[in-house]
Amino acid sequence: MNYLASIGSYSIMIVEVFRKPTKWRIMKSLILKEIDELVYGSLGIIIFISFFIGAVVAIQTALNLTSPIIPRSLIGFATRQSVILEFAPTFVSIIMAGKVGSYITSSIGTMRVTEQIDALEVMGVNSLNYLVFPKIIAMLFYPFAIAISMYVGIFGGWLAGVFGGFLTSADFVTGLQTDFVPFHIAYAFIKTLIFAFIIATIPSFHGYYMKGGALEVGKASTTSFVWTSVVIIILNYLLTQLLLG
Amino acid sequence: MIEVNDIHKSFGKSHILKGITTVFEKGKTNLIIGQSGSGKTVFLKCLLGLFSPEEGSIVYDGKAYSSLTENEKRDLRQEMGMVFQGSALFDSMTVEGNVKFPLEMFTKQSNSEMEDRVNTVLARVNLVDAHNKFPAEISGGMQKRVAIARAIVMNPKYLFCDEPNSGLDPKTAILIDDLIKEITEEYNITTIINTHDMNSVMQIGEKILFLKDGLKEWEGTKNEIFKTDNEAVTNFVYSSDLFKKVRQMYIEERN
Repeated sequence: MNYLASIGSYSIMIVEVFRKPTKWRIMKSLILKEIDELVYGSLGIIIFISFFIGAVVAIQTALNLTSPIIPRSLIGFATRQSVILEFAPTFVSIIMAGKVGSYITSSIGTMRVTEQIDALEVMGVNSLNYLVFPKIIAMLFYPFAIAISMYVGIFGGWLAGVFGGFLTSADFVTGLQTDFVPFHIAYAFIKTLIFAFIIATIPSFHGYYMKGGALEVGKASTTSFVWTSVVIIILNYLLTQLLLG
Repeated sequence: MIEVNDIHKSFGKSHILKGITTVFEKGKTNLIIGQSGSGKTVFLKCLLGLFSPEEGSIVYDGKAYSSLTENEKRDLRQEMGMVFQGSALFDSMTVEGNVKFPLEMFTKQSNSEMEDRVNTVLARVNLVDAHNKFPAEISGGMQKRVAIARAIVMNPKYLFCDEPNSGLDPKTAILIDDLIKEITEEYNITTIINTHDMNSVMQIGEKILFLKDGLKEWEGTKNEIFKTDNEAVTNFVYSSDLFKKVRQMYIEERN
């Protein structure tokens, strides 16, 4: 019953987020601030992880290709497929659920604990629109970060494959171009956009409706990470079945 | 003026407010006192419109809150100023940003007009050189003064204060009390203060409402509170040794 009540509260929250909009002059600066904090501020960790995971995927594939009849270009193919289909949109989103999600929950939760949200409400401000809407709009730029993640992941794979002596650069590029399905890119970005919405809203929900003090802010951050990850994993399965199945 | 008629509020099975009726007058500092758990904060949040009572009505200068449309409620809230117990200043904004915030949200004033207004209210609360500081960089007393400045920047009709003296030293607490009283008279607003502080009661309590277990136990002025024979009030008011001695002196004087 608690889960159903939470789903109901989450749905009501989403409706409230889009009601009574905040003045555009103020909203514009809030959106720019959130793009800076949520997306631009995450690029460093996204690039770092993507590079090394791409490299590891290439090395693992190379080490498992023991049969001489399998072409070495498969390393490029496997790196491309792994990075574009799953690693960049899903794995990075789970990392973002931790980094961005816990930031969102703790910042909104702290505002709840220190009565800043009550202060907004007393003034007649739609606090959900003021706090959550800019985060949703900022996360629309998240696919750009995922595009960078795809590029850097494949680049890491190329670097590890070629300079590790597993294949030539030409083989890697051949693998990248083999059986390329453009819809896979669309599939990855559709997933990314849906995950972006989840990363912006589930942590906001846990922060906004939290009760208690500083300790509960920490607990809410942990809970929000768990639930954001669970929802991303389940939606990943459903979207894969729907779009590629 | 705010008229409260028989309001009830429950949370689950807990019946917190059990039918409170009173009137808070314009241009006066009205104090709500009572022990922890007596329903003061819930009552204040009902007056602010943050909680909706299940029964009864709250009437703001002739307008019953429950009969207002959503837009009218929003307009009414813009006529309210609130000073929270912990000040509730926005951490990410400077002092100037905090005070300017309601003007940016709800008025069409130019930047220079807003700055003039911010300077005026900050000067009114005796804060002239803290514009660019963040809440974390100023003292608790200064934070309270910024919160008062933010609450009055829109020229409110109603000013609500939740424990405005909590966490302040006695001298600063008196300054804050005096400031609230001066502003109430100057702007002719209806001020309602939720407090535990008996010094505030003695200093600025023009009307005092004593709550006990979600009910109005007593109401009167600061002069009347020392003469009352209501046991619950005397137990609360004279709980400290200092006030016990004051009462003893008063009784000896009377006899």
